[in-house]
Amino acid sequence: MTATARPAPGRSMAPRPSLRSKTSRGSILADRVATVALWATGMFVLVLLGSIIVHFAVAAWGVVSPSFLLSDPSGETLGGIMPVLWNSIYMLVLTMLIAVPVGILGGIYMSEYAPDNALTGAIRFAEESISSVPSIVVGLFGLILFVDNAHWGFTALAGALALTFFNLPLMTRLAEQALRAVPQDERSASLALGATKWQTIRHVVVPLAIPGLITGVILTAGRVFGEAAVLLFTSGLGTPPHYNFTNFDLTSPVSPWSPFRPATTLSVYIYKLNSEGLGAFKNQIVDGSAAVLISMVLLFNLGARFVGRLLTRRMTAS
Amino acid sequence: MLNGTRRFGALAIAAAIVVGACSSAATATPATPAPTPGATDTAVAAAPTPTPAPTINCQTGSITTAGSTALQPLIQDAATAYAAACPGATVTVNGGGSGTGLTQVAAGSVNIGASDVLAATKLQAADAAKLVDHVVCRQGWIVVTNPDVTGVTNLTTAQNVAIWTGADTNWNQVGGPDLPIVLIFRPASSGTRATFLKLVLGGAKEATGGQTLTEDSNGAVTTAVTKTKGAVSVIGFSYYNDPANKALLNGLQLDGVDATIANVGASTYKLSADGNLYTNGTASGLTQAFLDFMMGPQVQGTIIPKDSYGPVAAQ
Amino acid sequence: MAQLTNALEATGLRAKPGLMERIDLPRRVVFLAAASMIAIVALLLAFIFWQGIQLFVKDGQPIGAIFDSTWNPLADTPEFGILPFILGTLVVTAGALLISTPLSVGVALFLSEVAPNWAKSVVQPALEIFVGIPSVVWGWLGITVLVPWLSDTFPNKIAISMPLVGQVFSMPGFLTGFSWLAGSLVLSIMVLPTITSVSYDAFRAVPQELRTGSLALGTTRWQTIRHLLIPSALSGVLTAVVLGMTRAAGEALAVQMVIGNSPTLPAAITQPVTTLTSQITLDMGNTVFGEPWQDALWTMSLVLLIISVSSVVLVRLINKRRIGQ
Repeated sequence: MTATARPAPGRSMAPRPSLRSKTSRGSILADRVATVALWATGMFVLVLLGSIIVHFAVAAWGVVSPSFLLSDPSGETLGGIMPVLWNSIYMLVLTMLIAVPVGILGGIYMSEYAPDNALTGAIRFAEESISSVPSIVVGLFGLILFVDNAHWGFTALAGALALTFFNLPLMTRLAEQALRAVPQDERSASLALGATKWQTIRHVVVPLAIPGLITGVILTAGRVFGEAAVLLFTSGLGTPPHYNFTNFDLTSPVSPWSPFRPATTLSVYIYKLNSEGLGAFKNQIVDGSAAVLISMVLLFNLGARFVGRLLTRRMTAS
Repeated sequence: MLNGTRRFGALAIAAAIVVGACSSAATATPATPAPTPGATDTAVAAAPTPTPAPTINCQTGSITTAGSTALQPLIQDAATAYAAACPGATVTVNGGGSGTGLTQVAAGSVNIGASDVLAATKLQAADAAKLVDHVVCRQGWIVVTNPDVTGVTNLTTAQNVAIWTGADTNWNQVGGPDLPIVLIFRPASSGTRATFLKLVLGGAKEATGGQTLTEDSNGAVTTAVTKTKGAVSVIGFSYYNDPANKALLNGLQLDGVDATIANVGASTYKLSADGNLYTNGTASGLTQAFLDFMMGPQVQGTIIPKDSYGPVAAQ
Repeated sequence: MAQLTNALEATGLRAKPGLMERIDLPRRVVFLAAASMIAIVALLLAFIFWQGIQLFVKDGQPIGAIFDSTWNPLADTPEFGILPFILGTLVVTAGALLISTPLSVGVALFLSEVAPNWAKSVVQPALEIFVGIPSVVWGWLGITVLVPWLSDTFPNKIAISMPLVGQVFSMPGFLTGFSWLAGSLVLSIMVLPTITSVSYDAFRAVPQELRTGSLALGTTRWQTIRHLLIPSALSGVLTAVVLGMTRAAGEALAVQMVIGNSPTLPAAITQPVTTLTSQITLDMGNTVFGEPWQDALWTMSLVLLIISVSSVVLVRLINKRRIGQ
């Protein structure tokens, strides 16, 4: 082994290049190159995202305005996106109304009750399978089950059910994670006080898991909001008529509050404009709609982080 | 500084206010958008047609249509005009393609199915027999190319066959510049393609391979043609006559005949077909009223020409 | 948990369970909620399978015929060979993985080994936002930005020549930008966050002691990564790649918008190509329920379903072997 001089007090122990062999110099060079390369990949992601946001901000400049968001589509002038934006929000709320309770209950089972047996294994396999099924196949499944066989035609309800099927594994898994994160001590303490298991879950575990649950809900909501392939085949692809929001008849096919009507959402609208769009303003409308979609995604993501941190701080008294 | 609970409450109240403002703004807007989507309506209002208005059979209720994307602009404009003339009636217009329209009307999921092709060619005989055909217009299609294909203003049927079967692969073989021909098809299942295949290509086998693209629908095709050098495709009149597109496309004559509605009506331009609206059994109520409206003077006389369709051939 | 409950009962401080408690309604309700996923998968598999085999059962096509390379439903004797689409899906997915995997693993390594906290807190949210961007937006970006750029920048034949050997490789240029490469590029950005986050979790799971031990032996960080970290986390990275592959193979709208949709066998990356998902999107609306053409589309959905369930099995196999090691 080559003799190494002991460094002077206060100096670093790292071998100086002149003391190292040629192969070591190669290794150090490789390490430096690798570091630069890894930094480059990280920065590439940021630059790419930044440029996409800038691209849409520029393209949608002058298009997105309160009247764009609130007025109806028009063939001749730069129409708005109000009905489709409403449909996106409506579909989101309808889907979450079904998916969140079922997902949280499922998460409770998987985290609190599930024994380690074949049935639980089957549930996990089902969970993973649904997550990997392509969204278009889920849309086609919705087409065959709700639209064709049940003779509903294109309806918001069909879309919401298909979306629920598609996002249930995610919601269940996030709920399970949030519940598992609650320390075991809390459960033991509650049981020691004489509570039943269900009382423990209901009054101790779930409240403590609420920050995680809400984060899970918001993340799932973000995914639901942007979905197009599923809704293309279940909720329809048309230009919605003018919505009369005072019509609260829930069974009417024209009330914007009813689930029994076709509901073209913003993402599907973008696809439709690209496929069939007419008019001088088509490109601007699509750019504006895309900008709105991306802004909503940003809102959901940053909102999830913010709400999660806020609730955690508030509920864990830190 | 507000503590956590109060901050949350403030956020919730703010959210409620915003939602309230939005919905009240939404209900406030009915006054304005109703006239706007109808430059049709303004055209109708401008034209001296108070006489046809009383003859519109106004029913209340709501119906849905689905089907051909080529007919969708027409049905959409007619639906808006009908709703403007008859409050209490709503016609929801969906696309989805001729096949979807036929499937859904045969299944009873929609009231009217719009199709570019006859039901008998797509549905089983038993299902097709249930449907009643209402022809509401003539549609025309035009062969267009990218503007960089200079010097080509007309293609004969024989030249079309040569191009679309892949026998000719360069524009200089038909009198154009030295540019490879890029064929842009609609999906093989679409009514437009089936009509073109039957009427112009006479059933010849279309080209496949590296110089062909398939795009989903008229709009995607138009975008592709304008962005691709040497591209050629077939689009509906309403897409070609749209001012935004016309400047970007080079429209061709077919066998020396201009692609106009007049020529469609005179049967001298052969790339045209009926627009079929199918109902399941005889129509009644609002469905029949809307179909009557579509055959009426407002649609046939004003909306159809404006959207570049042809009126139904006189009996 | 059960022991605690029984102990409490034994002391007599808790009443013996009554009827309601014996039924344990809450447990049954939450079990139903979780087990509904099994019902969903079963329904999904059943319906798609039933529709998918109609082409053979009802329309009488032989099973082998669909692996033909001729897709010509308009002919007098329609041919439903879906091999072009299967190959199209495979090559576009493979291209996407080739582009995306090095990049994603790089970002994952960056996040887990190299990045200071401030960088982590910026890049991670950026990845989450990437995940949320809808596929139609990627497709639209592809059409408006990528496709014109490809056809403007590389319109002519692309040839690679070496000094003494001459022309080694050539392929036609981008006649139109709609091509295999455009599809792979768009897909690669879409699967980047998936592969990155799963790989990142895999790298984080490697115990810190391994790293410090390696550094104590005098290796550089890159040597640690290359010889220690990546082999240890390999099953996690493989899982990430399989998940990315599943996502790429299943993507429909974005791919259909940029890929050119020419139903022929893939020839070169500059040529248009079709995938299973894009063909379904194109033809589903124009075909009638029950006709052989639509039955062929359902068969294609069945193939997609088989691919995705197989990938789940594959992921389990990868991880099972790892636990067994």
